[in-house]
Amino acid sequence: MRKNNNVRAPESQKRLKVKIADNPEDIGAMVHIEINEKKVSVPLGTTILEACRKNQIHIPTLCHHDDLCIAGVCRVCVVEVEGMKTLQAACSFPITNPVKIKTTSPRVRRARKNILDLLLSEHYGECYACVRNNNCELQALAKEYGVDHYNFGHIDKPKFQVDNSSYAVVRDMNKCVLCKRCVRTCIDLQEVGVLEAINRGEATYIGTFFDKPLADVICINCGQCINRCPTGALHANDPRDEIWAAIDDPEKHVIIQTAPSPRAAIGEEFGLEPGHSLTGEMNTALRRIGFDAVFDTNFAADLTVMEEGTELLLRLYKALAKGEPDVAIPQFTSCSPGWVKYLEHFYPDFINHLSSAKSPQQMFGALLKTFYPKIKNIDPANIVTVAVMPCAAKKFECNRPEMTDSGYKDIDYGLTTRELAQMIKEAGIYLPELPKSGFDDPFGDATGAGLIFGATGGVMEAALRTVLELVTGDKIENIFENAEIKPVRGFEGIRYAEIPVTKVGKVPGIISHLIPDFEWLKGITLKVAVAHGTANAKKVLEDIKNGGKFSHCHFIEFMACPGGCLGGGGQPIPTNAEIRRKRAEAIYKEERTLNYRKSHENPKLIRLYNEFLTDGPCGSVSHKLLHTTYTKRGSFIV
Amino acid sequence: MEGVKHNRFGPVIFSKYERGSAIERALAMSREDILFELKNSGLKGRGGAGFPTSTKWMLTAAAISDKKYLICNADEGEPGTFKDRVLLIEYPELVFDAMVVGGYTIGATEGIVYLRGEYEYLLDSLNDYLNGMRKDNLLGENILGKKGFNFDIRIFLGEGSYVCGEETALIESLEGHRGEARNRPPYPVNTGFMGKPTCVNNVETLATISHIIVKGSEWYKNFGTSKSKGTKLFSISGDCEKPGVYELEWGMKISDVLKLVGAKDTKAVQIGGASGVCLNSSQFDRTLAYEDVPTGGSIIIFNKKRSMLKVLKNFMEFFVEESCGQCTPCRIGNVKLLEAVKMIEENKLTFGYLKKLKELAETMKIASKCGLGQSSPNPFLSIIENFKEEIFNYAGGGEYAKE
Amino acid sequence: MFVEEKSDIIDEIDKLIAKYGRNRSALLPVLHGIQKKYRYISDFAQQEIAKKLNIHPVEVYSVITFYSFLNKEPKGRNLVRICKSIVCDMKGKDAIVKALERELGIKMGETTKDKKITLEYLNCLGLCDKAPAMAINDRVYTNLTPEKAVELVNKIK
Repeated sequence: MRKNNNVRAPESQKRLKVKIADNPEDIGAMVHIEINEKKVSVPLGTTILEACRKNQIHIPTLCHHDDLCIAGVCRVCVVEVEGMKTLQAACSFPITNPVKIKTTSPRVRRARKNILDLLLSEHYGECYACVRNNNCELQALAKEYGVDHYNFGHIDKPKFQVDNSSYAVVRDMNKCVLCKRCVRTCIDLQEVGVLEAINRGEATYIGTFFDKPLADVICINCGQCINRCPTGALHANDPRDEIWAAIDDPEKHVIIQTAPSPRAAIGEEFGLEPGHSLTGEMNTALRRIGFDAVFDTNFAADLTVMEEGTELLLRLYKALAKGEPDVAIPQFTSCSPGWVKYLEHFYPDFINHLSSAKSPQQMFGALLKTFYPKIKNIDPANIVTVAVMPCAAKKFECNRPEMTDSGYKDIDYGLTTRELAQMIKEAGIYLPELPKSGFDDPFGDATGAGLIFGATGGVMEAALRTVLELVTGDKIENIFENAEIKPVRGFEGIRYAEIPVTKVGKVPGIISHLIPDFEWLKGITLKVAVAHGTANAKKVLEDIKNGGKFSHCHFIEFMACPGGCLGGGGQPIPTNAEIRRKRAEAIYKEERTLNYRKSHENPKLIRLYNEFLTDGPCGSVSHKLLHTTYTKRGSFIV
Repeated sequence: MEGVKHNRFGPVIFSKYERGSAIERALAMSREDILFELKNSGLKGRGGAGFPTSTKWMLTAAAISDKKYLICNADEGEPGTFKDRVLLIEYPELVFDAMVVGGYTIGATEGIVYLRGEYEYLLDSLNDYLNGMRKDNLLGENILGKKGFNFDIRIFLGEGSYVCGEETALIESLEGHRGEARNRPPYPVNTGFMGKPTCVNNVETLATISHIIVKGSEWYKNFGTSKSKGTKLFSISGDCEKPGVYELEWGMKISDVLKLVGAKDTKAVQIGGASGVCLNSSQFDRTLAYEDVPTGGSIIIFNKKRSMLKVLKNFMEFFVEESCGQCTPCRIGNVKLLEAVKMIEENKLTFGYLKKLKELAETMKIASKCGLGQSSPNPFLSIIENFKEEIFNYAGGGEYAKE
Repeated sequence: MFVEEKSDIIDEIDKLIAKYGRNRSALLPVLHGIQKKYRYISDFAQQEIAKKLNIHPVEVYSVITFYSFLNKEPKGRNLVRICKSIVCDMKGKDAIVKALERELGIKMGETTKDKKITLEYLNCLGLCDKAPAMAINDRVYTNLTPEKAVELVNKIK
């Protein structure tokens, strides 16, 4: 394998190579500067922007994003540095000598205003007819600078056709301000490489390879670009109209399932600080909107744990006990549709490593149009299934041709957290004030294991809780304090853990027909890893290709989005590390309060296996409804 | 056809020089002495920005790195500039010798000539020339017997982009990227090509260095003014009898230059190419020098028949096309200035809007990311100011006008 | 695209990469070489180059669209480019353009039906002292008159 030493993003967009000293006491580690005549000390190499932020001095920004490398292209953040003829971009200027900075001098203010006026002159459309109305950085800047008319005119005809070819992401380049955040997200953060600047000068726009529609290129639909777009140039493909129509149709039985991450973030859309879970309030709102049944995707997550965990044990049994050579190990998780498509495009030879288990959304969809109508006596043709997801890629996933195992389209619509918040607002509801309510039966109970699917490492933790208990016969609490498997938690890009299996128990009845005993697992060290963000996934995959540490893993969790689902492309905007951390806290906090915290203990799930999936996990019914196949897509763009 | 050598006369650059002599001389000197000579000569970058060359070399020499680069900026794209073409065709020894001297002084092992794509027809002859130097050990390993001094030069062809003349955009282009200027700091002398310390010098700067090394800085200082040492190549074109490249001492009056090249009925002189300033006849007694009218050496002459508005339109169209488009002031600002020219043509520009545009032009000058956007408003501001009577038809006479 | 054409392009790319290396800094020289041989850089070639240099196809496309001399679509066998910068403009560029357009029956930016000639503008050839100037492929011609320009173009017609 060739070593990739090629620079991904243009050098101009890389972080500056200024080393920040570890010890501020070292000579030269701190620089004494003046900002607006106030004396402050900052570590050598701090940018002016960082220095100002630390000292409560506001600098407007547009192309800057905390998650991304520096661009320095919008020039909105310019400040005056004494002794320099031109203004300097605060976001990219590293402080290496005792500079004197002015952030609001007349020159600075005039320059910022002019730049803003220029951006507005090219920004097509009106704020009231925009998906980002009230949550737009350009609009906020215009307000901050009191723009009340267009100094340099305003474009009155669209230059570009809107690209809504993709199920997930809609691109409206008429609203683009060329901050290149999406480019940096796609190339640098996610290493997918779909978007780049095309042409130069006035003719520049952000485009795809040969200007093909997004659906025809190797976009993985992660939607991270949407989360980082400062304006309405990128947004998700919105199914609200169709969903409202279904709700208004008395013939239709409209079901909604809600994933774990939206509930931890939807409050942000209503002005709450990040980190408030609104599970119960959301359920009430969904009923008031008119959904006929409200289910918890966490239930399906528990089901996924059972199916995927069993598949893992089966793979390990075949490879380790029976010595079958063609078993693909490590097994990769398959819950994240962005990740799945990434693998299909960029590492198609690895698709046999993917768990054949569908994602919770799609498992649920298959049940909702088979098992559910049977017990409710409803014609499945009249059932409309909606999934509230933190995700843009779920919109694509539910449209995959494979996802029709019920005989119908298993999930009709994927709805993002943002879009649901919009529906709630349209219904005249202020979410945080609503009374709480629970989920509907027959899937009313879900476990904490399902809930933590929302955070990176959660699928791994949930699966380990179940697999370890099934294998050892011991309580997980005896192995990990409070059942919290800390080594797989956190936000580090790639995490690795080894768990020695010191004792094994009897094979539980539910899978005893598949595996006769666990003796072969005794003494083995279970090696697992977690990666989030496809750039990290790529590192792990390259390592596996090269026969490195990760090729010896047994099970690896991959999530396309940084932070896992809680940082998904359908989540409230803005996003940054701090917001993602707070959302994770909300999820883990709620998890601790739940009655059941291990998937295999979910009573409603046990009932499902007893009544419907009667031949157990990975049995014939579950294989038909709950498992799927993948396509070697490759990365050649036709 | 191109390629013909002329007999040129000039006190410094066009003075006698033998291939390899600067290398020979330099290798007998210490690096400190070379840097001192350069510093003493007061040589400033001849590309237009006028940064002291010795400082650039010193900073690159002082940077610690396993690899350093010396780049010759031959991306001469400024409309009205063609001196580098003449140097590369007729005096390649001056340029390449100085690159070897530079490699020796700053500790670089690789020299790259970034040749603009428009000059592709020079490529073969330049490569032949380099091969000749290799044969004579003026390039390669242990140059002229100097143990451990290895240096070679390769030529990199641009693909038609004016902004790549900006040194960081040039480096981006060399690295295989769009020619978009980088954030500075860090400067190329620390973090340049492939992240290594890199010194980027203009063709003419290098050509001058060869002479300074051989003849000494004291000799060089005999020419020019107290603040602008030495000579400068001027690319003179437009309405005159004898357009071409002239080597002139700094400090010459514009009116004398006009006389020299046989310009008659001159109305305006654009100094410094499209991104320079345009002077009217009341300013022709100003001198060409860093302390008065600094320039990268382009002089375009316009006689009384020319419409200055059309001239301005040509310049602004050029910048709209050649802006890289990454930063807001340059990308959209130039479009607005061009629109204004069209508005004047259609008699739609109000003085109120013009005032706003002048403020915008000031913003572009201080807030653009690189030199392109910082200098592109120059022709707009200077032509509108210096030729307002003509442009706004002050004395047009309305219906009493002849035409 | 036929299989032989594709393998021919791959061979050419391999040759160029052997010469310039696999680093991204080889991108412009490789693109130049491909264009020299095929007169444009097809989407297939772009993806092959991207693969070999380990960058994304869209990055190659982005670079090609940035530089005026790189084409993503085929042009005529001969490229006639007329300098439109200020001095050439003053010295009669328009008359030359009109004469060539008349003679070839195409407008600037267009290609003749027989794919022999493409007419284009270009920014400053650096021959302002001998304006007006134009380039036919990689040779330049100076001190043009409309007549002379037409004569030169007729030679390649």
